[in-house]
Amino acid sequence: MSDVLRVILPVLAAVGLMLTNGVVLIYMLRKVLGHLHLRLGPMHVGWHGVLQTVADVGKLLTKEDITPNNVDKALFFLAPAAVFVPSLMAYAAIPFSETWRITSLDTGLLYTFAVLSLVPIGVLMAGWSSANKWALLGGMRAAAQQIAYEVPLLLSVLPIVMLSGSLDLVEIVSAQGGYWLGFVPRWFVLHPLGFIASLIFLVAGLAELNQTPFDMSEAESELVAGFASEYSAMKFGLLFLSEFSNSFIISALGITLFFGGWTLPWIPADWVAHIGPIIFMLKTYIGIAVFMWIRGTYPRVRIDQLMSLGWKRLIPISLSLIMVTGIAMKVVESVRGVS
Amino acid sequence: MTDARDIATEVGMLAPEGTHDPGLPPAGIRRAPEGVDGLTTEHLIINMGPQHPSTHGVLRMIVEMDGEEIVSAEASIGYLHRGIEKLAEHRRYNALGTLMDRGDYVSGIHGELASALAVEKLMEIEIPRKADYLRVLLSEINRIASHLVWFGTFGLDTGAMGQFLYAMRDREFLVDILESITGSRMMFNYVRPGGVLADLPVGMDAQIREFSDGFDAYLQEHHELLGGNEIFQHRVKGIGTIDRDSALAFGLSGANLRGSGVAFDVRRDRAYSAYDDMEFDVPVGSTGDAWDRYMVRMEEMRQSNRMIRQCLDGMPEGGFTAKVPKVLRPPAGEVYAAVESSRGETGIHLVSQGGDTPYRFHYKAPSLAVLQALEEILPGHLLADVVMIIGSTDIMLGEIDR
Repeated sequence: MSDVLRVILPVLAAVGLMLTNGVVLIYMLRKVLGHLHLRLGPMHVGWHGVLQTVADVGKLLTKEDITPNNVDKALFFLAPAAVFVPSLMAYAAIPFSETWRITSLDTGLLYTFAVLSLVPIGVLMAGWSSANKWALLGGMRAAAQQIAYEVPLLLSVLPIVMLSGSLDLVEIVSAQGGYWLGFVPRWFVLHPLGFIASLIFLVAGLAELNQTPFDMSEAESELVAGFASEYSAMKFGLLFLSEFSNSFIISALGITLFFGGWTLPWIPADWVAHIGPIIFMLKTYIGIAVFMWIRGTYPRVRIDQLMSLGWKRLIPISLSLIMVTGIAMKVVESVRGVS
Repeated sequence: MTDARDIATEVGMLAPEGTHDPGLPPAGIRRAPEGVDGLTTEHLIINMGPQHPSTHGVLRMIVEMDGEEIVSAEASIGYLHRGIEKLAEHRRYNALGTLMDRGDYVSGIHGELASALAVEKLMEIEIPRKADYLRVLLSEINRIASHLVWFGTFGLDTGAMGQFLYAMRDREFLVDILESITGSRMMFNYVRPGGVLADLPVGMDAQIREFSDGFDAYLQEHHELLGGNEIFQHRVKGIGTIDRDSALAFGLSGANLRGSGVAFDVRRDRAYSAYDDMEFDVPVGSTGDAWDRYMVRMEEMRQSNRMIRQCLDGMPEGGFTAKVPKVLRPPAGEVYAAVESSRGETGIHLVSQGGDTPYRFHYKAPSLAVLQALEEILPGHLLADVVMIIGSTDIMLGEIDR
C-alpha cells in the first residue's frame, strides 16, 4: 500500500463513519423519542421508516441553498465547515479496538478535547453572520456555554488520567482490564472517585453537546432555531450532522474513559478480541440512547442557572476531586510501600 | 449634537413624530437606550411572534432587551381577529354559541354557556335541572381538557417535549367523550339557549367514570414528572410574580387571580347552572409567581374531576331542554352573564332592542387582562422567562383577538 493511500483511507473511513452515523442516529433519535412520547416516529418510508432519513438527506442535498441578503457572506459560508471539520477531526484518536483506530496518539484524550473546543467558534460564526437576532442570541449562548463547560469536562477526566497514568486512550482502556474482588470489572465508573468523575463528565458532556437539558443555543421554545435559523439545504445539513457526530464522540469518550472501551467483562479476552469494534459501537450507541432518553424527558435550564452550575458547582467539585484523587493515590502508595 | 432618535428617524428606523405607520410598532417601544456613548451597549429590539413557537398562537411580543434581560415588552395583538362581536350582531340568538366556540377554541363549552346564560337571563327562561347538570358536566370535562393543553404546552415551553404528548394522551379520552356527546371535538355548539343539544348517549356514564377513576393517578404522574423535576422548579419558582393588589388592579381572573392569593371563583361566588349543588375547593396561591399559577391549575383539574363525579352521581331525571320558540326575540334590555372558563371570568354583555339579532354583543375575555399585566411584569426577566411567564398565564389568542 502506498503511503498516500495509507493516509487517505483512514480519513475516508472517518468521513464514511461520520455520515453513516449521522443517518443512523437521526433515525434512532426519531424512533427513541417517538416511543418515549407514546408515538411511533417515522413509519412509512421503508420498513418502520428506515429509509426516512435517507430520503431526508436526499432532500437536504437537492434543496435550494438560500443565502439571505444581509448576511456576512464569507462567514456564513465558512461556518458550517468550521463546525463540521473539528467534529470530523475528533474521530482520529477514538480507539475502536486495540488496533482499530485512525491514528495512534500519545495524547489522544487531550487532542480530542482540543479539536472539540473548536466547534463553538463555528457556532458563533454561524450565529453572528446570519444577521438574525435569534441566531445571534443562539451563537452568543453557545459560546458562553461551551467556554464554561469545556473546563469542567476536561477537569473531570483528569482523575482518570491520574489513575491510569496516561493520556493515550488505548492505555486508559487497558488500565481498566482485570477485576476488583475477583468479579467486579475494573471500569473507572465503578471506582468511587471515577464514579463522581463520570457524573461530572455526563453533565458537562451534555452541556458541551448542546443537548437537553442544556440546549441553550437552539432552545426551540425561546430562540426559534437558534444559530441555525437562517441556514438551509446542506449547510443546515452539515450543522445538524456535526451535532450528531459530536454526541457520538462524547459518548465514545465516555465509554473509553469509564466503561472499559471495547472490552467486555467476564468473557475470556480472546473470544471477544475480533469483535472489539462491534462491542465499542454497541456501547457507544447505548450511551447515545441515554442522551436521547434525557432529551425526551427533561426540561431545559435557564442560561444564568447553566452558567452558575458550570462555574460555581462543577468546576470546584472537579478541582477538589483532582485533589482528593492525588491524596488518595499517595496514601495508597505509602500504605502499600509500608506493608 | 443630534439625538439618537433623530438619527433613527433619518435612517428610517423610526417614523417621524406624529406620523403613524400601521406596519410598524408604536414608536415608544423602539427608543434608543439612554447614554449610548460607545461604552454602553445598545438595546436589542426583538420581535417575538406572531410566528414564534411559544407565544401560544399568534401573540406578537415586541421585546426590548439588554443582552438577554428584558427592558420593556409590548404585546401586539389582532392577528387572529375575526370580528366575532360584529358578526354576532347579524346572528340569531340561537347561533351565538357557534361564534363563541371559535373565541376560546380550547374550551368552547364555556363560551357557549356564557352566551346561552345571557340570552336566558334576558328572556327569563327557566331551564330543566338536568340541563344545568349536563352543562356543568361538560364544562368540567372541557376544563380538564383545556388545562391539559395548558400543562402540555407549559412543558413544551420549558423544553420538555414529553409532557406535551403525555398530556395529549389523556386529553384524547376527554375529546372522544366530548365528541360522543356533542358530535364535535372542539366546536361543540352543544349548549343552546333553553338547555343543551342532547342527553348523554347510552354507555357514556360508564365511559366518563372510567376516565374519572383513572385521572387522579394520571395527574399525579404528570405532576411528579414535570412539577417534581428540580430543573423545572428552578425555572418556574419566583418568576412572573403578580402581587395581590396588582392582580386585582389589572383585572385578572381565574387561575391567574387565584394564584395571586385572591379566592374568587365565579362558580362559587356567583354560582350559575348547577354549581350551587357542587362541592369543590377553590385553590389559591400565596406569592403569585408562575409556580403558584401552576399549582392552582393542577389542583383545579383535581377539583374538576371531583365535580364530574358529583354530576354523574346527582344527575336528575327529566328533559334536557326547555320549550323555547324557534326564533328567540328577547325584550329590549341589556344583561351581563359570566362563567368561570378555563382561563377566568368569561362574560357576555348583551344588548337587545327587541329584534331577533343582538344590538350589541360584548365578549369579556379573561386573557386580554393578562396581556397588560405581562407588559408590567416582564421587564427584569430573562428571555427564557418570557416564554415561561406567558405559558404560566395560559393566554388564549382566540379570545383576545376574537
